[in-house]
Amino acid sequence: MSTEIPSTGENDVAATPFGLLAEFETVEALVRAAERVRDEGYTRWDSYAPFAVHGLDEAMGLDRTGLPRIVFLAGLTGCIFGLVLQWWTNGVNYPFVISGKPLFGLPVAIPIAFEMTILFAAFGALLGMLGLNGLPRLHHPLFKSERFRRATTDRFFIAIEASDPIFDAQDTRRLLEDVGSVAVEEVEA
Amino acid sequence: MSEPAVDVSGLDNTWDDPTQRAPLILGGHDLASVTDAIAGIVERPQPPKAWWIAFSIASLGTITLFAMVAYLLWVGIGVWGVMIPVGWGFAIVNFVFWVGIGHAGTLISAILFLLRQKWRTSINRFAEAMTIFAVVCAGLFPAIHVGRAWFAYWLFPIPNQMRMWPNFRSPLLWDVFAVSTYATVSLLFWYMGMIPDLATLRDRARTKLRQIVYGVLALGWRASNRHWHRFEMAYLLLAALATPLVLSVHSVVSFDFAVAILPGWHSTLFPPYFVAGAIFSGFAMVLTVIIPARQYFGLKEVITIRHLENMAKILLATGLMVAISYATEFFMAWYSGNPFESFALLNRALGPYAWAFAIMITCNVIVPQVFWFRSMRRNLWVLWIGSILVNVGMWFERFVIVVSSLSRDFLPSSWGYYKPTAVDLLTLAGSFGLFFTLFLLFLRFLPMVGIAEVKSVMPQAHLDLGEHAGQGDYHGEISYQHVYPYVEKEEDDS
Repeated sequence: MSTEIPSTGENDVAATPFGLLAEFETVEALVRAAERVRDEGYTRWDSYAPFAVHGLDEAMGLDRTGLPRIVFLAGLTGCIFGLVLQWWTNGVNYPFVISGKPLFGLPVAIPIAFEMTILFAAFGALLGMLGLNGLPRLHHPLFKSERFRRATTDRFFIAIEASDPIFDAQDTRRLLEDVGSVAVEEVEA
Repeated sequence: MSEPAVDVSGLDNTWDDPTQRAPLILGGHDLASVTDAIAGIVERPQPPKAWWIAFSIASLGTITLFAMVAYLLWVGIGVWGVMIPVGWGFAIVNFVFWVGIGHAGTLISAILFLLRQKWRTSINRFAEAMTIFAVVCAGLFPAIHVGRAWFAYWLFPIPNQMRMWPNFRSPLLWDVFAVSTYATVSLLFWYMGMIPDLATLRDRARTKLRQIVYGVLALGWRASNRHWHRFEMAYLLLAALATPLVLSVHSVVSFDFAVAILPGWHSTLFPPYFVAGAIFSGFAMVLTVIIPARQYFGLKEVITIRHLENMAKILLATGLMVAISYATEFFMAWYSGNPFESFALLNRALGPYAWAFAIMITCNVIVPQVFWFRSMRRNLWVLWIGSILVNVGMWFERFVIVVSSLSRDFLPSSWGYYKPTAVDLLTLAGSFGLFFTLFLLFLRFLPMVGIAEVKSVMPQAHLDLGEHAGQGDYHGEISYQHVYPYVEKEEDDS
């Protein structure tokens, strides 16, 4: 772990970094560190792990996502679409009597209304998740870090962004070094 | 984690000691080595020789399928054995068969997920891929079965110059919606689950091409926990949506039969009967494919004997459900007092298609009984051959349902005997070629085991939390309801 703190040049606008990246070796260390960063009051920061770490959401103090609401509304839209589609096409726009059946009946409309509910809700879940996550976004400053490539294999990271209101190049670095990381590096913007 | 008193070196994790959870991943893997084991398969410069042999055979099958479809489109539906009264021949049998195969994938990925069956993580990616390729094969048959396949799009409510709409009061149209929704949702589920693993492949890439291709497919996933949080929620919701969907799809397929008035088809038993059969055949197909795959790609420590044994147990359970459905059909035929229904069932068992019925009963009812025995469940040859026989039996089940009912309905004057032609047989064989071609390409280019999901059930993924420790946690559990000891703040910061 380096003890020398390089000058970040606070007045140098062109060299404003993305933030600081700290590497951890175990889930345990990551969760403990996340609790500390949360308690320090940082807001623009994130943890990175190769899989969903159980308990990290609380450790980071994350709010529950609003995704279920999006999915519910998408499903409701699909259901209404399915019903209106069947009622309007077979009952209004092109009415024809077959086997003496009514032009539109709720029981007979259920399978397709159901399938449309699921279809729309599923798109809502995938696209909603990607949208809330700001994906697809093929480039990100963190990808410049060679070290960070192990975030999808076996290493755990915390990155605090320089745009955080209480970010301070030296204090933040000291905090990250203090919470059990094995390495801290600056990531350029 | 202390070692249980069982020899793990032999890759045996099938003990049933209730005080000790069996590990799901063997061989002392850590997070990096398990990534190497799975991602390494798609990173090899050359696939194993067995892959090339299998791929050659499968491609030959695919070419046969395309040739047969081209011949059918050129000449017409007369190249098949379909006639009056048996207008639904191999095409519909194959359609129901392939849709059914797909169901195990969704069962493993969605239903076992909701039931917190952690062992599914090693096999779910594999099974979901199987679902998609099976549905691809399934979707082909109704399209070519309509006769003039270039009008198959009439099945969809597309505004057109004739100002006509499809008839939404027909189960056949429900089928179009059910199967296309199923295919789409399965694809979304499969792809979404794969995003973190595609990011792993991107980050491990040694060549620019791999980095770009996997990078684009991974959509810029950067393993952020804020992202993981929404990802987990989306995964849970998709599982919850796919669960009723999978049950609805084969129910709707069974409505194609059950809503008709034909004896042998007109039965309220059909939806659960079809769903049980679908899961039965799907699990059999997973076993048929996964046993050689784990052997040749060195994944015995990830897809362990315990996984296979669990699948054998499901095969036994669903096989018994199918058996009781057969018995119920006969009971209801007798109990209803309907002479046509009774005749249809007797004719099914003893009539001109008795040979097919005998194959069906042997493969679907008798063969799975060997899985009552632990030693048989753990014998890979027995398991593999048994799974193939179940596939054969389930194909014949659909043949028996479709053909024996149609060939002899109410009036003896309209009876007939259906025989497939060579084109029918080659098309069926070709559909297997297409299925295996797609599957082998999947094995070669995409991670066949969900790497991130497997990691989440490894001991390294868990904090040491006393009574809560073990393999028990799994992503998808919405953790807000839980209180963890470590959330209590430690008073050690100065």
